[in-house]
Amino acid sequence: MTGTPETTGTAGRPGTTGLAARIVLHRDRFTLRAELAVQPGEVLAVLGPNGAGKTTLLRILAGLLAVTEGAVTVAGQVWDDAASDRFVPAVERSVGLVFQDYRLFPHLRVLDNVAFAGRARGLRRRTARARAMLVIDRLGLGDLADRRPAELSGGQAQRVALARALAAEPTMLLLDEPLAALDARTRLALRTELRRQLTGFAGPTVVVTHDPLEALVLADRILVLETGRIVQEGTPSEVARRPATEYVARLMGLNLYPGVLTDPGTGRVDLDDGGVLVAAGSGAAGPGDDSFRDGRPERPAAGSPVLVVLAPAAIMLHAGEPGPGSARNVWAGVVSGVELLTDRVRVAVSGMPGSPSALVDVTPAAVAALGLSAGQMVWLSAKATEVTAYPAPSAVPPTGPLPSRHPDSIA
Amino acid sequence: MPWPLAGPATIAVVFLLLPLAGLLVRAPWRDLPQLLMQPEVRSALRLSLFSATLATGLSLLAGVPLAWVLARSSRPGISLLRALVTLPLVLPPVVGGVALLMALGRRGLLGQWLYSWFGLSLPFTTAAVVIAETFVALPFLVVTVEGALRSSDRGLEEAAATLGSGPFATFRRVTLPLVAPSVIAGSVLCWARALGEFGATITFAGNFPGRTETMPIAVYLALESNPDAAIALSLVLLGVCVAALALLRDRWLTAGARL
Repeated sequence: MTGTPETTGTAGRPGTTGLAARIVLHRDRFTLRAELAVQPGEVLAVLGPNGAGKTTLLRILAGLLAVTEGAVTVAGQVWDDAASDRFVPAVERSVGLVFQDYRLFPHLRVLDNVAFAGRARGLRRRTARARAMLVIDRLGLGDLADRRPAELSGGQAQRVALARALAAEPTMLLLDEPLAALDARTRLALRTELRRQLTGFAGPTVVVTHDPLEALVLADRILVLETGRIVQEGTPSEVARRPATEYVARLMGLNLYPGVLTDPGTGRVDLDDGGVLVAAGSGAAGPGDDSFRDGRPERPAAGSPVLVVLAPAAIMLHAGEPGPGSARNVWAGVVSGVELLTDRVRVAVSGMPGSPSALVDVTPAAVAALGLSAGQMVWLSAKATEVTAYPAPSAVPPTGPLPSRHPDSIA
Repeated sequence: MPWPLAGPATIAVVFLLLPLAGLLVRAPWRDLPQLLMQPEVRSALRLSLFSATLATGLSLLAGVPLAWVLARSSRPGISLLRALVTLPLVLPPVVGGVALLMALGRRGLLGQWLYSWFGLSLPFTTAAVVIAETFVALPFLVVTVEGALRSSDRGLEEAAATLGSGPFATFRRVTLPLVAPSVIAGSVLCWARALGEFGATITFAGNFPGRTETMPIAVYLALESNPDAAIALSLVLLGVCVAALALLRDRWLTAGARL
């Protein structure tokens, strides 16, 4: 504890208006490392599987846990700094935390739940209630003011939890899986409403979620956390189109293959797990892709590691070997699973030795026409323009390269 | 029902209810109002109600914070402290009375200083009755409230903290209201135990009518001189206990309920 706050690097620098945090936490055998910066008014989604450390990250930001190394600064105030042994506990932080299970006080009416922060700050009951009522009305919860939490539906409880957090007039807003406890229909309705509420909040907001759709809808920026480390950070469209890891690709419903670009001219990529794909796509670009709009922004050099992404809907499935056509990628595989999605069928195909496995989307009619069943051999084809290669991320984690590449599989 | 279980169960029920039946059958119902109007009976009743209520109040003031410490502290030695605190639950009350004499008597550990500094002598006073009852009854409250605090939702306390509520404010506004049913149950238990206290009281406070002679002591003494009065007093105590049980019925009379 010899350092001063100045030695903690940019993340701990006072004077930042939003949230700046450099977090290292060791606990048992788990280590969380993350560096994040959120501007005032910006919504950052921390996306990751269970056990990735998302909730731990949120508890650190809220002041329910202290960092082992690093610092947390919000609106120019140092809340946590391991180097100078400074730790501001949750009580003294101005943070609104919406818990996954809401944690409304069961013995208090909705009105008094929302007025709780005001009472804690020493306001008279009448004043605290009047201020709470303003927030309740703003969120359209006026009818619920006299109810007890036990008399609320899940969606109502979620709204009340947000109202209670907002009524504290926090500097920063934190939400832990805000919609996870709700049924699908309520979630759909609440997602857009929540987005509106978050947009109206002036401070930095961090939303933790394992639901990619929630992250895409709610956030201005997404940070993907896996086993305690940041594996990707970017705008929702970047993350959705150029997933950095298997996990993100699966969440976004894409096929992802690590490989090596062997011929930048043709776009030939030798995949790490066997097989070759010709990639001439410019990113699964569509309208609204602002970051990779102009074709190939940074064409990687020959021999450099790349990730290849291929949407299941862009793959054609054939019963026999397709004749010569425009598709430059053609390979064979065996059907390993068939799953009915809402409007289409997702077929899992294991590649023959030396060719990639893939998820393929086909119509239910096609399944019937082809008589698809597990164990059946099929042929897959994809146009080169549907296959996109981009540099494998290496710069994202501040703590070292990703161990995603196996050196001996490149040969 | 298999008879090896049903038979002993029946015997147990009879065994438990027979004495009560005896009390009710032998009760001098006709003379009851007159017996209970006797001044010594009334003063014993008054003293008992007063001291049991005061003991319960003292137990609440000190016992709820103690329960909180036992439930929340993770310091080493806390389980040893818990064992010591609950010792009076199993300690023979007479031993408790002797121990109180050794601590607070005129030549006791603390009592000698109380006497030499303030001229205060506790044994054989009404204060001694209250102290003896508190000593025996306090653990009932502590154990009940501690159990409730242990199983209470810590998440709500965290939520209160993020809303800027300090630890004591959170205890007052969130934790205590949520364990209130257990505090009430513990208080009733504590009060009933204090009301029935005999051994520690007679040892530490003696039996001075109007000053330290509580109902149970009066019952015991009356049994030789005036059995009818003893039965009448017993009926009163029985009635009070039934009332206490009725207050706790939700906790005790439902299957699987715990303290």
